[in-house]
Amino acid sequence: MGALVYTRYELLRTIRNRRFFILSFGFPLIIYLLVAGPNRGVHDINGTGLSAPLYFMIGWASFGTMNAMVSCGARIAAERQAGWTRQLRISPLSTRAYFRAKVLTAYMMALISLLALYAAGASMGVRLSASGWLGMTGLILVGLIPFAGLGVTLGHLFTPDSIGPVIGGGVSLLGLLGGTFFPLGHGGFLSEVAQYLPSYWLVQAAHVGAGGSGWPAKAWIVVAAWTVAMSLLAARAYKRDSGRV
Amino acid sequence: MSGRIELRGLEKSFHGPSGPIRAVRGIDVRIEAGETVALLGLNGAGKSTTIDMLLGLLRPDAGSVSVFGRAPGEAIAQGAIGAMLQTGELIRDLSVRELVAMMAALYPAPLQVEEVLELTGVAEIAEQRTQKLSGGQTQRVRCAVALVSNPELLVLDEPTVAMDVEGRRAFWTTMREFAARGKTILFATHYLEEADAYADRAVLMAHGRIVADGPTNEIKAMVGTRTIRATLPGVANEELAGLPGVSAVERRGEAIVLSCSDSDAAIRALLAVQPGAHDIEIAAAGLEEAFLELTSEA
Repeated sequence: MGALVYTRYELLRTIRNRRFFILSFGFPLIIYLLVAGPNRGVHDINGTGLSAPLYFMIGWASFGTMNAMVSCGARIAAERQAGWTRQLRISPLSTRAYFRAKVLTAYMMALISLLALYAAGASMGVRLSASGWLGMTGLILVGLIPFAGLGVTLGHLFTPDSIGPVIGGGVSLLGLLGGTFFPLGHGGFLSEVAQYLPSYWLVQAAHVGAGGSGWPAKAWIVVAAWTVAMSLLAARAYKRDSGRV
Repeated sequence: MSGRIELRGLEKSFHGPSGPIRAVRGIDVRIEAGETVALLGLNGAGKSTTIDMLLGLLRPDAGSVSVFGRAPGEAIAQGAIGAMLQTGELIRDLSVRELVAMMAALYPAPLQVEEVLELTGVAEIAEQRTQKLSGGQTQRVRCAVALVSNPELLVLDEPTVAMDVEGRRAFWTTMREFAARGKTILFATHYLEEADAYADRAVLMAHGRIVADGPTNEIKAMVGTRTIRATLPGVANEELAGLPGVSAVERRGEAIVLSCSDSDAAIRALLAVQPGAHDIEIAAAGLEEAFLELTSEA
């Protein structure tokens, strides 16, 4: 009961923080329109088999959703500095319920970002079957799990002053190496490394949207491994962080 | 709820730049249910560290904490403890009423939100967003957050530091009402007057140890010495040391400083034997001096 009320107020607070709210989905949306607009006639971009509007739609959706997930860390860092995290620790709210509220809030922001990009994609001629949209969305939502853990971990390690560049730099790097901004091409060192990153598999979710077969086993293993690693790190960071900031 | 709060042999050290800092060096405190106890000490005495261990926010290096027969974590999970911590702002983007309601929802037997808003004097600002409040208003809302949980044990870590005189009085009136419901209150302070006025008992801490523990009037008598300062050249210290109520004499140039256990008796005696004494000041000795005296004896 209490945990539900807490989650509801967390969501409400996120929506009320207008600057955070609008920027977190507006920024990737505008870049998508700028990048995909001029290339809307390209049907097979760099040998991926995907049209430019679809490819970039997923690319910027991955960036936007990754950013939305990890940004929950910025809010945690601010609450820690305010001393609020300690106030919550001495309440009956369980650690589990606290994390659940944070992750749900992050997912809400990610979903809004995703839907905004879908709408923009559709306006540029992206046409997929219903199962294509659903399958792609499902894979993206699964692929985002490790980023929630990453956000919580960073939020408990960094101060509000330093977390901005950490999140911005970290998400950009993961996006760059994962092929979010432009296709990585086949073979070569970069595309080898990319396959071990969760960001790479977010972009690959586009293939199921275009009628492909979904993730290979490797994708599930990589995402599961990152999920376990990030959850352990997040739990550890939270546990070690009970002192005054 | 029956039982008591017991701190047994608590110790805690931190890593400092020049070796470990022993913040709490083995303390034993027992608080009966329904008592209002002041944890009195200067900054750095170990009060906040003790409170953090009581709340389970810090793990003691040695010793144990029991809150009504339970470990702190268990007591917290059951909603038996409420606290107003020393540092703390509020989370933004909620109204005062929403914030208090959110906290109330986390506890098993909260007070009515409206009642608490009235009690803490924030009913008029209940619709305001938390990020738009003044410092004094923020303190009152923090107090509301602690009270709404309706805990058996209320812990307040230097709650009145940022308050003005008026705010302080209102705050303690609220706390008295809360204590009257049979609740246990532990508050840390470095104001002797606050401990004297609002606690049944004071526990004095200095350098991580307890240097005195007893009813507040006894504690006040121990540390509540006064000093008389007067310009009085050419009189030997020994002549003044024997005056009634004087416990120590110190000369500072033209002036003498008498530490007194009874300043009323001392000033009468002083003026009787030394009518030439002038520029007389009588002042309450700072808590700091009283502590220095107590710790040097300990």
